[in-house]
Amino acid sequence: MDLELTAEHRTIRDMVRDFAAREIAPRAAHYDRTREFPYDNVRKCAELNLMGVMVPEQFGGSGLDTISCALIIEELSRACASTGVIVSVNNSLFCHPVERFGTEDQKQRFLIPHAKGEKIGCFCLSEPAAGSDAGNQQTTAVRRGDEYILNGTKNFITNGVAADTAIVFAATDKSKRHHGISALIVEKGAPGFRLGKDEVKLGITCSGSVEMVFEDCRVPATSLLGAEGLGFKIAMNTLDGGRIGIAAQAVGIARACLEEATRYSKQRKAFGKTISDFQAIQFMLADMATEVDAARLLTHRAAWTKDQGGRFSLEAAQAKLFSSEVAMRSAVKAVQIFGGYGYMNDYPVERYFRDAKITEIYEGTSEIQRLVIATTLLKD
Amino acid sequence: MDFALTEEQGLLRDTMREFVSREISPEAGELDRLSQFPSRAIQRLAELGLLGMAIPEAFGGAGLDTLGSAVAIEEIARGSASLAVTVSVTNSVCAGPIVRFGNEDQRRRYLPRLAKGEILGGFSLTEPDSGSDAAHLRTRASLEGDTYLLTGDKAWVSNVQVGHVFVVLAATRPEQGSHGLTAFLVERDFPGFSFGKVEDKMGLRSSLTGSLELQDCRVPVANRLGEEGQGFKIAMATLDGARIGIAAQAVGIARGALQESIAFARQRKAFGRPICQFQAIQFMLADMATAIDAARLLVHRAAHLRDRGDVQFTKEASMAKLFATEMVNRVAYQAVQIHGAYGYSREYPVERYYRDARVTTIYEGTSEIQRLVIARRLLESV
Repeated sequence: MDLELTAEHRTIRDMVRDFAAREIAPRAAHYDRTREFPYDNVRKCAELNLMGVMVPEQFGGSGLDTISCALIIEELSRACASTGVIVSVNNSLFCHPVERFGTEDQKQRFLIPHAKGEKIGCFCLSEPAAGSDAGNQQTTAVRRGDEYILNGTKNFITNGVAADTAIVFAATDKSKRHHGISALIVEKGAPGFRLGKDEVKLGITCSGSVEMVFEDCRVPATSLLGAEGLGFKIAMNTLDGGRIGIAAQAVGIARACLEEATRYSKQRKAFGKTISDFQAIQFMLADMATEVDAARLLTHRAAWTKDQGGRFSLEAAQAKLFSSEVAMRSAVKAVQIFGGYGYMNDYPVERYFRDAKITEIYEGTSEIQRLVIATTLLKD
Repeated sequence: MDFALTEEQGLLRDTMREFVSREISPEAGELDRLSQFPSRAIQRLAELGLLGMAIPEAFGGAGLDTLGSAVAIEEIARGSASLAVTVSVTNSVCAGPIVRFGNEDQRRRYLPRLAKGEILGGFSLTEPDSGSDAAHLRTRASLEGDTYLLTGDKAWVSNVQVGHVFVVLAATRPEQGSHGLTAFLVERDFPGFSFGKVEDKMGLRSSLTGSLELQDCRVPVANRLGEEGQGFKIAMATLDGARIGIAAQAVGIARGALQESIAFARQRKAFGRPICQFQAIQFMLADMATAIDAARLLVHRAAHLRDRGDVQFTKEASMAKLFATEMVNRVAYQAVQIHGAYGYSREYPVERYYRDARVTTIYEGTSEIQRLVIARRLLESV
């Protein structure tokens, strides 16, 4: 047992920490206000090979492990949570399933440009009437000749406005419920595919969330990922990994809350001393720091378990559940420590507070994580 | 990074787990009810060679590192938190400082006997009027010839009555505050030593806690641990390590509470089905399991850092202790809730876990002291 980062992990972390502080953090408030998709952040991340962290080098990726990916997402999210999820989605929700389930041809066409960050990917599972109950897909895909005809609406699609390619889940056989769902790789410009309304959000405002509409959208049969009926399995496997990314994002947000609150507490004066001299403030900081460390350990354990090649659903669910709730609690405390200033957008904690909330919801709500954990506990 | 236990640690855990199920758990409830000290279990643990788990092999102990000890203490606590604290105290706060700060003569005199279970040990810092504010002790020690005379009352000492030797902190230079404290190895047979009342506690009822009364207690110079004035440093270094043990104890109690809750929720029926099929119950179980894993990781991280020997681990030990002990109180609360009225009765062990959990946020540094330690390091680092 060795719960410390290796020298290589520390190098990666320090490199991205420095990069994020220099290149990402200064513009985070700007993107938050304008809600513009941060294309230049993606380009810079691509230059550092952060868009396909776990993809083998032969397919344009960095060939690193999941712990490295978690460290990268944490550091990016500490600077800008939107950028953190944009990068996480391209890595975990797009590149991963194509690498794991794609054909050689699909890997050549889709994996390489996305791993290199030349293109941006997204993942379309949620629908207006199917979130946690993902098996209840209303979107349909009907095989006609050597094409699928896709009909339905997907919403809350992170990266949607900027995406070149989408992995879209649809029912190919509704009678089979979960076992009748398939995954298709759909390119921007496919006939019958258009963007719907922009989602105006509480937080992570610039991550390009959008509705996607498919009206008799024609997709070549060669774009089927895996096999017909394999979609639900692909989605669940992909989300297991994605949850580690969101857990890392949550740790990054929580750390941002802790670091900004600690710094502020040392300069703000009240009752004749800095507020860091009061136990009321010290204790909030101590609790935040302890929970951040616990959350990171759970996240790295999940990443490590994934890298060992076995099942990691339980560990990923625990990491995601705990870290996202820690992010929210940390944000509440950080705003409290900042007082009125924490409620204003002159300081970043107001943004952290809004950004933190989504981590308890997307890629499986806290309630879904608890179901996953409880089911595992009660099984053996 | 490597999150797996080594083969050796895994073997230790499995051995302890099996031992605890067979020897400890079956009698823990009865001993708690009768407030009886687990002498038989102590004996069996000594036969297994694990009573002196942290004592170096050269002195007859098992020579476990901090991580190994944490693994073993967690397992013992799952069966009996009282036994866990008894073993943890004799190892980490009695034998520990003797190993680290004692001279060769002191090590030879005490460690082999502690390791074999011939004697048990304790540690005594707290006084009736001085708990968290440990620097201001009233117990005085003055040197007369080659003997120190110790006078004062010590409170909340674990392993009273059964303990043979205690690491006792006293002020040799009261005017110097924390720099005027000195540590002594005080035996129960020394003239002027007596045990005071044994506390009637909410939990840990089969461990013995009470006071020491020192009245011109004669302690030979040869039993001074370290130098004069080193006492506070010895105490703090000792508690840093001991906090990891208490955190491991908390994880063990919590795991017991979770296991009992899972078993109960599977067999208890309500509204026509086992209650484990209700989300209300499932979600409590999920939160309990997640918090336990998070706590164990913090404990193992602190233990790992301590075992490295070349890095500070004070903050990490405090984080482990703070989180694990607050966690076990929540988990024990939920376990009782899942059991309903049965959880409130002594028929099921969760009632004992609930009481045993309570002290963990108090002793060996309250949660408030842990938060102070953590906040201080945090604020220094910015």
